[in-house]
Parts: sequence; structure tokens; C-alpha cells
Amino acid sequence: MSGDRQPRPQDFKVQSRAALADPALRASFRSAMDFLVDKRAAQFPDIGAYERLRSLGTRIREHALAKLPELLERLEQNLTALGVQVHWAETPSDANRIFLDIAARHGAQAMVKGKSMVSEEIELNREMAAHGIDCVETDMGEYILQLDGDRPSHIIMPAIHKTKADVSRIFAEKIPGSAHTEDVDELIAIGRRALRERFRDAPIGVTGANFLVAETGSLVLVENEGNGRLCTSVPEVHVAITGIEKVIERLEHLPPLYTLLTRSATGQAVTTYLNIVTGPRRAGEKDGPREVHLILLDNGRTQAWRDQRFRATLQCIRCGACMNHCPVYTRVGGLSYGTTYPGPIGAIVSPHLLGLDATRDLPTASSLCGACGEVCPVGIPIPELLMRLRGAARRRPAPERKPLRDEGAARSRAETLVWTAWALLYSRARLYRWFSWWATRLRRLTPAWQGGWTRGRVPLRPAPRSLRELLAQRRR
Amino acid sequence: MTPDTESMRARAAILARLRAAPPVAAPASPDVAAGLAADGAGSGDAAVADFAACARGWRAEVIETTPTRWPAVLRDLAVARGLRSVLAGRDTELAARLPEALGARLRWYDEPLAAFKPRLFDAIDAGITTVRGGVVETGSLVLWPDVREPRTLSLVPPLHIAVLCASTLHPTLYRMMVRERWADGLPTNALLVTGPSKTADIQRLLVYGAHGPKQLVIVLVRDDRDGTGVPA
Ligand code: SF4
Repeated sequence: MSGDRQPRPQDFKVQSRAALADPALRASFRSAMDFLVDKRAAQFPDIGAYERLRSLGTRIREHALAKLPELLERLEQNLTALGVQVHWAETPSDANRIFLDIAARHGAQAMVKGKSMVSEEIELNREMAAHGIDCVETDMGEYILQLDGDRPSHIIMPAIHKTKADVSRIFAEKIPGSAHTEDVDELIAIGRRALRERFRDAPIGVTGANFLVAETGSLVLVENEGNGRLCTSVPEVHVAITGIEKVIERLEHLPPLYTLLTRSATGQAVTTYLNIVTGPRRAGEKDGPREVHLILLDNGRTQAWRDQRFRATLQCIRCGACMNHCPVYTRVGGLSYGTTYPGPIGAIVSPHLLGLDATRDLPTASSLCGACGEVCPVGIPIPELLMRLRGAARRRPAPERKPLRDEGAARSRAETLVWTAWALLYSRARLYRWFSWWATRLRRLTPAWQGGWTRGRVPLRPAPRSLRELLAQRRR
Repeated sequence: MTPDTESMRARAAILARLRAAPPVAAPASPDVAAGLAADGAGSGDAAVADFAACARGWRAEVIETTPTRWPAVLRDLAVARGLRSVLAGRDTELAARLPEALGARLRWYDEPLAAFKPRLFDAIDAGITTVRGGVVETGSLVLWPDVREPRTLSLVPPLHIAVLCASTLHPTLYRMMVRERWADGLPTNALLVTGPSKTADIQRLLVYGAHGPKQLVIVLVRDDRDGTGVPA
């Protein structure tokens, strides 16, 4: 799926059917997910210790969310005191305007960008390109995808659907003067060389942030490649963008979350770099950005927050473990979802970002096996959230609560009718008896076509006699 | 509206939405120490051995030496690797003995990055830095770049040589940040560095030397044995 035809959440079913019919894609996801699942398991050999760590991580995130407005203000105060400019954005277009404004003030024509899912959420690259600004992805995986006009299919390993043959072809086509090779060391060396001068020359570095520390006013980045460090160290201006939910109260809350993140994500005890940025370049320092900006994006997060039933969604630390363990994701792949965040986390967060109309099918893309909830390092009850979203998509909102965006969008007349009839029958004993008498007598009249059920199964048909009748006969 | 007033409007709207939600009692502040695994040792031969094994596991090279011999180790390293230019910061604990160790290979990081960029990116073979402390649990280095040692010194050159004193080892990152009271004042950039930069973005095949240093050499000075303090 490259080129202009971008997948959409509305087309989830069509897209996933196409993905299911692609054996190469299925094999590559299967083996990649098995690999990540095994690596994670090896990191948590002691279940007791893991459970303790996980409940600590859960409490840290719950605690931070409970105090969210207060922590955001404290963070802003501390950042401002350090000289960081804090911007707030309600929507992706707000955020893009802020980027454009910063770029315009510096006359910047190019930006180098470290991996940031929130920047994908606002489609920063496309928006900047529309204004003549070249926003270059520098994470190797993201860089490969950008060169190919493709998008990420996994939040941690974005180019997991590409093979080295693909990368070799893309590099040979798009990077002038690069030799054709399928040697992975050489391919990475080509990428490194191509991006080096971009790092050296770009006036603006863009990154996300894995955590924001309220008490110290720090931005925390977790990475292996060093591109994040380059983006936060070399350009004169650093702009970080992230969601409002990323804040934690204290610096000492960072180590447990960091270790949960790296172990759950890639099965590593640590990443190569944990990068803690606290303010712009200080007097006498020879490098580091002179200007640091933080853009705090809402984009539907307040909707999840204000409703206690959905608040846990925001505990997420974006480790991707729920995706790696999801039988649906493993089969349909990340692009089928048509959203920035695929898999179980995508299914619970996208409805708040994009509305339940466009995303109505995503919460149904689950067998409710519970694997996602079991591996989530911050204890998000993902299956329960999926169930609540399924309900919210199909039911009229309760009058005492503020509705979710597009709540009830997937309501169907026929379904409502069926449930009303069911409720009627099952709450009135005589009516029920009368109905089951007729249903068993007229069983041959049940239709052979029963929607999705008969696509792969024989039609349902009532038994010749109801259980109640059989028992009554026996007693006689 | 100007971007600033736009941002103020968004701020007010977001905070108002958050404040409008029915308040819930905040849970008690999490007890971090209780949730983490029991610490191993942070000093002594066993801790040093654990640290070195762990760091090697991440593909760092670890060379143990003494407070008097480290300059010779550096010289041997520079010769063995054919390094032509090694960059360092002035006025550090190491600086006094670097000329003797590196001779004509030594370059000082004297200029601001903007002026120094072309040479830093193209003409430096290695950067050498001090280390604030080591983390035994993960074989990691804690770097606090500053006025003397800019952050790009340990980032842009293809080889990073880190001089770590065994007396600065801590069992875990958490212990270190609590003991040193980091929350009371962080530098512009604090880093935990574990091994050379790497990526597994192509078919999950691990490759070292993504965008940061391709190699990391840790010169581990055993200043914990004879109590002589920093290398002199
Ligand atoms: S929902 Fe949990 S498992 Fe999934 S990405 Fe977020 S933190 Fe990881």
C-alpha cells in the first residue's frame, strides 16, 4: 500500500481482507510478532517481580492522570522558567500552524525529525511539504517508509512489513549514488550517510517525547539509533510535540516506566539512549538548541479523560506489546487499521481521536482473548474498553453523560428492533412460552440465509421441542 | 488571531475541559522503592565485574585500568585503531593528562557548535568524555554534558571513548538519581548511554552504528581499589 491511496479506518474490513490474502505479509508479521513476544517473555522471567513492577507502573500512570490538570500547569510553569516555549493545540491543524509559525520565524526550509507518533497523528510531513518545508524522517524505519511514500505499520518497528529486498530497491531508486546491496550493514551505512548532512544542516529538529516530567520540566526521549539525540542537540531550534497525557509527576517515576517500556516493547532491559532534556542551551554551553518548544496536543484526549470509563486509555506508554500479542493484528497487519495507532491500543484510542463513526469497526477487531490486557505494562483493561466502545458505537448515549464524539453512530434499525423484541420476550413468561411453541412448530420456516452467520456455518434452526416442553413430558 | 493568542485559547479550552470533569480523589503517591526489584551491589569487585559483563553484552568494549595507567591505555587504543584526531573537552578531570596520552592526535572542543560543525562531522575520529557514573544493573553510563564537554562530543564522532571511575558505580538508575538528588537540578541534557547506537529496523536484523557512535569503549579506572579518588 504505497503511493497516494492511504488506508482509512472506514475501510478496515476491506483492507484487512486484502491483507489476509497476502501470504508474504502474513508470514512476515507472524514471524516478527513471535520474535517480539519471545524477547519480551525472556525479560520477565520472575512473574512476581513483574507483577510488582507492573502494578507500580500502573499506579504511577493512574496517579499522574488523576492530577492531570494540575501537573500540566506545573509542567508549563517549570518549562517556562527554564526558557522553553509551551504551546497548546486542540486539533492537528492547530499544531501544524504552530510548526509553520516557528519555521517561518526562522526562515526554515527543512526539519529533521525523530520518531514521533503524534507527528504522524497530525500528518506533519504532509502539512509541511504543502508549505514547501522538507520534514525528513531520521529513524531508519521511518526514513525507509518516507522514501517509499508508505506509512508505519507498527508503532515501535514501523517498517516491519518491508523486507531487505524492498529496502535495497527503495534506496537504489531514491538515494543518488548508492550501490545496490542487500547486505543489511551496508544498507544502514547508506542510510546513515544520507542523513548525516541533513542533521548537520537542518535549522530545526523535531521530536516526540515519551514522558514529560512535571517537577523538573524535562522532556524524556527513549531510543536506540541516536537520531533523537541528534535532533535535540544539533539544530538551533528543537520542537517537541506530544499528547497532554504524557506527563508524570516526579523524576523518580521515570525509571520504572522506562524499564517497563523497553522490556515490553523490544524485550531489551534498556535502550541505547535515555535522553533527558531540561531547557535550551545555557550560558557558556557550546551546543544544544537555543530555542526549545513543546507543543501539547489534545486531539480528543480530553474526551477519553473526562469519562471515567475511558480514562485508563491514556495510561498507555506506547510500548506496542498489545499489538505484538494480538491474534487479529498479527494476521491483518498494521496498515489495515488505517489509523496512526493500529492494533488493540489503536482500537481503544482512535475512537477518541477520530470519532466513533469512522472507527466503529476497530473495537470489533478483537476476539476478546484478553492477551492485550494481560501484557499491558500499565494495566490498561483493554478488553473491557473495547466492549464499552462497542456498546457506545451502537447505542444511543445515556442522557446523564456527555456523549462521546459520534456515539451511537453504528446504531442500526434492525439490530435495535431485534433487541427490543428480545427484551420483550424474555421479560414476559407467557409471551415467551407462546413464542417458543410457535418457533419450534414452524422451525422449517427459518431462513437459510442468516447474514454473516451462514457465510461459514449451517443455518441456525430451533429444536423440534423446547427444553421446557421436553422436561414437562418427562415429568408426566 | 496570532499564533500566541491561538495557543492561549487552546490552553484555556483544554484546561476547562479537564476541570469540568467530576473530580476523583487522587490515589496516594506511588511508592517507587517498594515496586522495584531489590538492588544488587553498587561497589566492590563483584559489582565491577557485573557492570563490565553487562556493558559488554551491549557491545561496549571495556578496558580495566588503574588511576595511573589510564593515559597509556588511551595511547595504545589510539595507536591500535589508527585514530588521527581525538576530540576532548578542556578543564575536565582528564584534561591535564590527555596531551601526554594523545599527543598530536588531540583536538579540543573549543568553539561553539555552529562554527565547529563541518570539522566535527567530517574530521574527528573519536570523542573522549568523562562519565558521571555507571549503572551496574544494566551496564549503562550516565553522562551529564556541560560547558566543558558538549553533548555532541559523545554523539557525532564514530567512536566514543568514555572514562569511567569504578568509584562512581551505582546499583540502579533509580538509586543513583535519588542518592544524587537529580530532581533538585538537572543539566540541560542528562543521558543514560548503553552500548553503541544500533537499529533493527530492517527485517529485525541488529546493526550497530545507526546514527550515533558505531563503537563505544569504556576505560574503567579502578580508583576504588587504592582509594586514590579521581584519576590524576
Ligand atoms: S495499551 Fe498497554 S500494551 Fe498497548 S501500547 Fe499502550 S502501554 Fe503498551
